[in-house]
Amino acid sequence: MAFLALDNLTKSFGSHIAVDRLTLGVEKGEFVSLLGPSGCGKTTTLQMIAGFVEPSAGAITLEGRNLRAVKPAKRGLGIVFQSYALFPHMTVAENVSFGLEMQGIAAAERARRVGETLDLVGLGEFAGRFPRQLSGGQQQRVALARALVIRPQILLLDEPLSNLDAKLREEMQIELRQIQRTVGTTTILVTHDQGEAMALSDRIVVMNHGRAEQIGPPHEAYERPATAFVAGFLGKTNLVNGASVRPERISFAASGLAGTVKTRIFQGNHWLYQVDTADGLVTVIRQNTGEAMPEEGAAVHLAWGAS
Amino acid sequence: MSKNGPIALAYHALFVIFMLAPIVVVCWVAFTPEGFLSFPIQHWSLRWFKALAFYPEFVAAFWRSLWLGALSSALAVTVSVPAALAIARYRFRGREAMTALFMSPLMIPNIVLGIAFLRFFTEIGLSGTFIGLVLSHIVIVLPFALRLTLASAIGLDRAIEHAAVSLGASEWTVLKRVTLPLIVPGLASGWALAFINSFDEVTMTVFVAAPGTETLPVRMFLYIQDNIDPLVTSVSACVIAVAVAALVALDRAYGLERLLVGRGSHGR
Amino acid sequence: MAYLLSLPALLLFAGVVVIPLAMTVILTFHDWGQYKGIEPVFILKNWREVFGDPYYGEMFGRTFRIALIVTVLAALFGAPEAYILNRMKSPWRGIFLLVVLGPLLISVVARTLGWALLFGGNSGLVNKVLLSLGVISGAIPFMFTETGMVVALVHVLMPYMVLSVWAALQRLDPQIENAAVALGAGPLTVLRRIVLPQAMPGILSGGVIVFALAASAFATPAIIGGRRLKVASTLVYDEFLNTLNWPLGAVVAVLLLAALAMIVIGANRLVERRYAQVFG
Repeated sequence: MAFLALDNLTKSFGSHIAVDRLTLGVEKGEFVSLLGPSGCGKTTTLQMIAGFVEPSAGAITLEGRNLRAVKPAKRGLGIVFQSYALFPHMTVAENVSFGLEMQGIAAAERARRVGETLDLVGLGEFAGRFPRQLSGGQQQRVALARALVIRPQILLLDEPLSNLDAKLREEMQIELRQIQRTVGTTTILVTHDQGEAMALSDRIVVMNHGRAEQIGPPHEAYERPATAFVAGFLGKTNLVNGASVRPERISFAASGLAGTVKTRIFQGNHWLYQVDTADGLVTVIRQNTGEAMPEEGAAVHLAWGAS
Repeated sequence: MSKNGPIALAYHALFVIFMLAPIVVVCWVAFTPEGFLSFPIQHWSLRWFKALAFYPEFVAAFWRSLWLGALSSALAVTVSVPAALAIARYRFRGREAMTALFMSPLMIPNIVLGIAFLRFFTEIGLSGTFIGLVLSHIVIVLPFALRLTLASAIGLDRAIEHAAVSLGASEWTVLKRVTLPLIVPGLASGWALAFINSFDEVTMTVFVAAPGTETLPVRMFLYIQDNIDPLVTSVSACVIAVAVAALVALDRAYGLERLLVGRGSHGR
Repeated sequence: MAYLLSLPALLLFAGVVVIPLAMTVILTFHDWGQYKGIEPVFILKNWREVFGDPYYGEMFGRTFRIALIVTVLAALFGAPEAYILNRMKSPWRGIFLLVVLGPLLISVVARTLGWALLFGGNSGLVNKVLLSLGVISGAIPFMFTETGMVVALVHVLMPYMVLSVWAALQRLDPQIENAAVALGAGPLTVLRRIVLPQAMPGILSGGVIVFALAASAFATPAIIGGRRLKVASTLVYDEFLNTLNWPLGAVVAVLLLAALAMIVIGANRLVERRYAQVFG
């Protein structure tokens, strides 16, 4: 049996089914992302694991123990909330120390572990500050430290990076991945950002309307999407002759599907094309190698290999 | 934003004079040395402030009002906290009706509440007692306490409490260490607003109080009913001084417009 | 859980609000006599008396007439002031907001006393000022008149109106006036077509508050109106604490409550229906 197992987990609010018979096994040390648009049930799933939402049906087991019988306060899970949910009236050190205090750990040991964890997230010198004196990225790290310091069996991340700007988000993704590797905590991430999910996870669960559409490694889901929804959600895709073809797999060639360039947009490291063809509009992405590229209005032929 | 023109400023000046005139006049007349009301006064004197010492009922009424306000506001806030949490957190049958009930003292004229309390307290033997005063004042200030308590309970991010729970805190610990500290500013302002309303209430209290349990506004009102003389102006001047001090303190501490409008609206 | 949390407040309100109000309604049907006191019987005598005697109709008419005039005056003078306040720069705005709203913290009795001093018979300061400005040709009586009550009540209740309009103006996007000006609107057009419609919900809700408080005001009409000029609340006070005819006083009080509730709820409905779509 898996380390954490969700078995036919279901949650309905009245007639609305938020999560529909979700079955998932997470191995120890694994990083799994629940990915999907808002309202797909990913957050509800996380809240059921955390214990803040009572499942309508199904089982949650951790190392074979029935987790549903355990109170939220006793589950020992580390959670990073979307809003960070730091205690605004406590300092950074007091925030991180809170969980240890609840476990009845002695003051000296607490201080040592708080310092250790703050160093891990690179906030050693900010221990005495209050949350509102920190930047968004720093608050995010405090939230992470607070969740990790209790050495949780599972780390739950609820859209932890969605409040950061694009550049900081990328940096935090790399750091999050490194920290997770270092401490080896089993992690479940909830996100609507497919790039984030693919960058961080060992496996992703693509959810839609409360159901898991595909569970698998990011690369596999991207290359071999099980459904049209998965294909569309994980990246731009073209439906040509009934087959799904990623835009970066299409190249301009001497022969192939004939068409006319409708729009061309320069995006720095790549060009984005919309090409009018007999099969409808086709999106094409070409790496910017510095060479001359077809201009708007040009007649082109599109080719792609079987994938 | 465009500036106010001269006409607007002239209007504003007249408006401010209108708002301040009666208050200034009361304070001014209080300094008369004469034994009768005269305006404008010819000389300045503290005669009528000194005279207050010989009217212990005013002094006693002042302290009674102070205690009554402090106590009934504190109790109103205490009762408001769990009710506000219930209204903010749960969707239950009768939630709307319950909220309307707690806010109803704002809608019911104080004169009606006054006679209702008089009838009720007479029947159960609380008429003219301090307990009766406290009970009735809790009711009339509760809407103010509840409104601000509710605002801070609604403004509280539930994820913060969930975070505490996920770290192993019991319900009681969450309440004590997280929820209450975070809503304390709301409770304090709720108490202050409740206190002001209790301290100034006269219409309802006039029915509930009896000689010996009169509050300051009631004593002043009854005194004016009989005769308007410089003594009551010096009492009023003291009341105004206390109010101005409270006003400045409240504004410094919390921002008066936030307190009165009931939500954050700091300048753009 | 929710019920448990609300229990203390619910018990308090059931005991100290619902029961006393119910007792008051029952009281209106009891009999009363000079020597026998209150007799717990069920009769319609008090209701008949209030509806039959034109004295009470006149008194209620006066009460609501005063309330209406006070409301209109408060809106007419308070709304422009709120707008002017809103346009002021930072330190002044805070200071004058304090000056205008501050009187709310001062006892109504003290404020009304100020007006009694200012009115002070025919030679009062208000008359002197108005005469010297040529606004009036002869002294007009303020004490013990409806005019005096109206002036004092406008002063007492003005902060509520300013506060309400101020709150509505706070929601107004400051760029919106500039947008109208950029489209070629003159200052008066901006006021009439842009500012006023957006301030209207504030004026109306402020008006409801002022009307309700004016119609049930007690201390101000009692001090300014004296013993002769009665409004609903001062009449109730007289019946309860002087004449001791509680059942009759209770009828007047219950009528006042019912009339106010109907007017306030009706006005709120109207305001909500009118503005729900735009400002919901």
